[in-house]
Amino acid sequence: MKLKLHVWRQKDRNSPGQMVSYDADHVSPDMSFLEMLDVVNQDLINKGDEPIHFDHDCREGICGMCSLVINGTPHGPERSTTTCQLHMRKFNDGDEIYIEPWRAKAFPVIKDLMVDRSSFDRIIQEGGYISVNTGNAPDAHAIPIGKPIADEAFEAAACIGCGACVASCKNASAMLFVSAKVAQLSMLPQGQAERKSRVQNMVNQMDEEGFGSCTNHGECEAVCPKDIKVKYIAELNKEYRNASFS
Amino acid sequence: MKLESKVPSGDIAQKWDKHRFEMKLVNPANKRKFRVIVVGSGLAGASASATMAELGYDVDCFCYQDSPRRAHSIAAQGGINAAKNYQNDGDSVYRLFYDTVKGGDFRSREANVYRLAQVSTNIIDQCVAQGVPFAREYGGYLANRSFGGAQVSRTFYARGQTGQQLLLGAYGALSRQIKAGKVNMHTRYEMLDLVLVDGHAKGIIARNLLTGEVTRHAADAVVLASGGYGNVFYLSTNAMGCNVTASYRAHKRGAGFANPCYTQIHPTCIPVSGDHQSKLTLMSESLRNDGRVWVPTKAGDDRLPRDIPEAERDYYLERRYPSFGNLVPRDVASRAAKHECDEGRGVGPGGRGVYLDFRDSINRLGEQAVRERYGNLFQMYERITDDNPYQTPMRIYPAVHYTMGGLWVDYNLMSNIPGLHVIGEANFSDHGANRLGASALMQGLADGYFVLPYTIGQYFASHDQGEVTTEHQAFADAENETNERVNKLLSIQGKRSVDSFHRELGKIMWEQCGMERTAEGLNKALKDIPALRAEFYENVNVTGAGDNVNMELEKAGRVADFLEFGETFARDALTREESCGGHFRAEHQTPEGEAVRNDEDFCHAAVWEYQGMNKEPIRHTENMEFENVKLATRSYK
Amino acid sequence: MAWFTNFARSTVGAKIIMAVTGLGLVGFVLAHMAGNLLIFTGTPDTINAYAQGLKDLGPLLWVARIGLIVFAVLHITSFLRLNARNSAARPQGYAQTKWQQAPVASRYMRLSGIVVFAVIVYQLLHFTAGVVTVDPDGLRLATEDALGRHHVYNMVVSGFANPIVSGAYIIAMVLLGLHINHGASSVFQTLGLKNSKYNGLIEKLGPGLSALIVIGNCSIPVAVLSGLIKGVQG
Ligand SMILES: Cc1cc2nc3c(=O)[nH]c(=O)nc-3n(C[C@H](O)[C@H](O)[C@H](O)COP(=O)(O)OP(=O)(O)OC[C@H]3O[C@@H](n4cnc5c(N)ncnc54)[C@H](O)[C@@H]3O)c2cc1C
Ligand code: HEM
Ligand code: HEM
Ligand code: SF4
Ligand code: F3S
Ligand code: FES
Repeated sequence: MKLKLHVWRQKDRNSPGQMVSYDADHVSPDMSFLEMLDVVNQDLINKGDEPIHFDHDCREGICGMCSLVINGTPHGPERSTTTCQLHMRKFNDGDEIYIEPWRAKAFPVIKDLMVDRSSFDRIIQEGGYISVNTGNAPDAHAIPIGKPIADEAFEAAACIGCGACVASCKNASAMLFVSAKVAQLSMLPQGQAERKSRVQNMVNQMDEEGFGSCTNHGECEAVCPKDIKVKYIAELNKEYRNASFS
Repeated sequence: MKLESKVPSGDIAQKWDKHRFEMKLVNPANKRKFRVIVVGSGLAGASASATMAELGYDVDCFCYQDSPRRAHSIAAQGGINAAKNYQNDGDSVYRLFYDTVKGGDFRSREANVYRLAQVSTNIIDQCVAQGVPFAREYGGYLANRSFGGAQVSRTFYARGQTGQQLLLGAYGALSRQIKAGKVNMHTRYEMLDLVLVDGHAKGIIARNLLTGEVTRHAADAVVLASGGYGNVFYLSTNAMGCNVTASYRAHKRGAGFANPCYTQIHPTCIPVSGDHQSKLTLMSESLRNDGRVWVPTKAGDDRLPRDIPEAERDYYLERRYPSFGNLVPRDVASRAAKHECDEGRGVGPGGRGVYLDFRDSINRLGEQAVRERYGNLFQMYERITDDNPYQTPMRIYPAVHYTMGGLWVDYNLMSNIPGLHVIGEANFSDHGANRLGASALMQGLADGYFVLPYTIGQYFASHDQGEVTTEHQAFADAENETNERVNKLLSIQGKRSVDSFHRELGKIMWEQCGMERTAEGLNKALKDIPALRAEFYENVNVTGAGDNVNMELEKAGRVADFLEFGETFARDALTREESCGGHFRAEHQTPEGEAVRNDEDFCHAAVWEYQGMNKEPIRHTENMEFENVKLATRSYK
Repeated sequence: MAWFTNFARSTVGAKIIMAVTGLGLVGFVLAHMAGNLLIFTGTPDTINAYAQGLKDLGPLLWVARIGLIVFAVLHITSFLRLNARNSAARPQGYAQTKWQQAPVASRYMRLSGIVVFAVIVYQLLHFTAGVVTVDPDGLRLATEDALGRHHVYNMVVSGFANPIVSGAYIIAMVLLGLHINHGASSVFQTLGLKNSKYNGLIEKLGPGLSALIVIGNCSIPVAVLSGLIKGVQG
């Protein structure tokens, strides 16, 4: 397969960037999208140019490092799939592919397609956990948790923190990411003690980081590689309302 | 190099409690005076950092990813073992200890393994208290499943993402301490050297991957939790960034490297589909519960699997191992697959694959039941290979997965360098020659939550080194050496890319140090690797500059260390004249191809001491005594 | 009251205020429509009586008006604050953008909102303050009925006599319908009232309510243009 790529190149955090075009020939359909970029990078290196920088690590859709907007869709055209799981058989010979970084004020570009997502860590630091010191945990069976709750909590906890929801949301809102963690912890018995402070502190930090608000478009759910549902945003709204008014 | 295991005396079941009583402690008020560097934010690094911070120590935690939540522990799928015996099927601390020592093919230290089994119960309690959403039965109690090599079902899991959920629990505890100001988190930093002051580990040199700045960090003790070295084979199930740099740098500063040749090959991975392949993907071992492994009986039979009649199918695992069948331990299953492919009965491109067929279980249980158990794994498989496992059998082939070897540590998890502690996959101690499924997560969290936070106090209480700052000369020297290495890599400006060298090294390692090793092959590797290393330092092309984000420079540093470490790996495999666990020497096997251990001469850990680039390292040993688990050959017939 | 200012200043809080005020405004639109539909009772007296009844409430009418104004102001100021934050949240756009699954109605909430605002302003000038001429084509319609009440019936008829005005109204009503279509389901999401049992119902509420409002409101200008309703000579 031969493809025409238009890739965002940017030297570093403070310099302006622009779209640059590259040809990718000898692309096989069995290649993953990142492997295709590896091949393009090898050609660039052999020509002495700087390779296209992008974040990646596990390449099996679980670490949340890879973060490319492909033809306007974060993580590309395949649903419930990260960039690194996308395979080139989804494209046709001669296609033009636009590759851009996540765009959000809270995710400044570091270089080319790499962005700084530490704002997510700061939100989690505000309360995305249960405060329990090592050693003072009761026996695991002290508090039975019904299977439906355990399964639901698991689905909310499956978020890999990739940020595609922010990249796809028209308001660059982080509500899906924040609500997944708030929902997981507030539905578990262990999470009850800090229910009020958790949602307020995390929402405050989310606002401080410069994320937008949620106007219920539902774009985030469409691109989330772990199928996190917008129903958790409704959960967060309820948690926040109860925390504010009770 | 002195190798004292410092294992306390007395009955195995009392050693840990006795040791905790006899240890010198740091009183709470003084803990604030001690600073600890933790390299790594995986299960081991994150849990250790959080727990030590909770106790009052000041912690500096480092990781190369952009967030501590992305350490490679995130990729673990299958589950985590613990001796809870919730299923009431006869499990106990002693049985978990026994299974792990026996599974490790009698090459681990009994005392460490017993302690691992002993604290395993606390791990599950801690993770449940953190809100880790383990799978539950309808009554609300924890669900278990069984894994290869164990007759009880002691594995706790969170569907196919157990590693992720355990890591997110530890990441939560770590984030809480970062917020409390007790942990200073350094993301996108790579440790490039260890700094010794008067022979004690007192700091590290780390490069800021964003600015390229090489920085000094001082502390009263250093903890390495930097994961495994599987990527020396280039193609493995590890993440792309996994490296041996942190451990190898400590090794070059004098830390003993134990059993590097013990690497685990996971039998059920997706085969290589072309030379563009950057990484291999693991399919969870739980698939082997319902899938039947087979190859065509005739070599070169390239008919579609559904066209090959039952009579011409060889279910070779069930044939060779009637009692365990498809659930034989990983090393046995991997070698059997290689054997079939070497004899030309391999399937798929390049003849490097065997079938894992679910036709019978779909007929027996119905597609819906199979979908419920393995739905996301089948979806992942289809996404990568475009084949639908419900209709056509999966193609699988073994791939490098876990490294039992690592830096040598004593009972306090301290290396032979005082002050340098090593935990998680980066140390050697608990899994001997072969790790049982779902026990690496247990070890990482055991070391981090319940062992290191106590034993590091022993070091602090018994060595008062006084304040060490980065002004010390040792830091200046180490920083200069690191800058020289970085500039050297940038200055070579050769013709070949870093990946091409890494791929070539991987090929040598896979062919000579993979599933089957021979003296002749290993000697060839001991010649080819230094030659490749020499060419690397003449012909590698590292583009870009050092003062900015530079992927190629990062990879070059890691491949340079792999090119040295690979040689020590091959040397260890050559000198260990026996077959045990993940190390199989063709010269030491029974006529039926079973591993033959040599317990008289090799019932020890081989610990290598670095002597300099291109110089042969010295081999020390620590004998492994087995008072509780009698030495016996493993049989899974 | 610091807790309330924190609440109102936060994105989630501001959004909840929009939802509550949005519900209030929907309430007004439904009530107002019900009142206006009295025009179809065959006799001008019913609507004139209704309008006079409202006036007779005196101060109570002002309470309602103030309430309405507060709701509208809160709704719009929250919108302005959130809108500013949302555009600031993505300073650099994409070369390629692609809508995934956002309902069409959700994409035009700003536009439809502004148009509805225009309707309210026009209404206030046109009907309440009577600034706009009541009898443009000289039909000499009565400005008061037999009982001396303000002839609201004629006001509405002459108001909609001009096809351009009526056409604008109809377009405005369709946009109001769009606004409420998304608004209704969005309110349940924003107030966290969604749970699996009633989701089916909630999905239908938005379209149902907006259809009702569009048809109800548009029936009046259509009736006037088609001559179904004629003005009463003075
Ligand atoms: C695909 C896969 C599936 C697995 N499944 C299971 C399973 O089901 N059950 C089980 O028990 N085990 C499983 N394992 C093994 C288990 O996941 C690992 O052994 C364990 O998680 C290792 O944890 P760790 O904390 O030691 O290291 P890691 O989690 O690998 O963390 C290493 C950390 O060190 C940091 N680091 C590394 N080098 C440097 C450097 N030079 N400078 C700075 N920072 C550095 C990294 O950033 C990272 O944070 C699996 C492994 C893989 C790859
Ligand atoms: C007067 C000018 C108005 C403006 C500028 C305006 C604008 C908006 C905007 C931008 C939204 C949020 C977008 C979204 O949630 O997708 C919204 C929501 C809403 N509006 Fe309005 N609107 C106005 C008037 C009205 C009126 C008159 C009504 C009632 C008839 C109304 C009812 C609603 C409702 C119910 C919501 C949903 C709140 C939520 O998101 O949960 N609005 N409005
Ligand atoms: C086509 C349908 C409509 C008709 C026929 C209509 C008619 C009227 C009339 C006759 C009045 C004056 C009542 C009086 O003076 O006592 C009025 C007032 C008003 N209308 Fe409408 N209207 C319509 C649609 C709307 C809509 C859609 C809105 C807003 C979303 C609106 C908002 C108002 C407001 C705010 C007032 C002032 C209320 C007050 O004086 O207290 N109207 N309308
Ligand atoms: S919610 Fe989905 S898209 Fe958003 S960070 Fe989590 S996994 Fe990524
Ligand atoms: S796309 Fe954005 S508007 Fe809300 S529903 Fe998702 S965060
Ligand atoms: S690289 Fe880990 S999710 Fe894509």
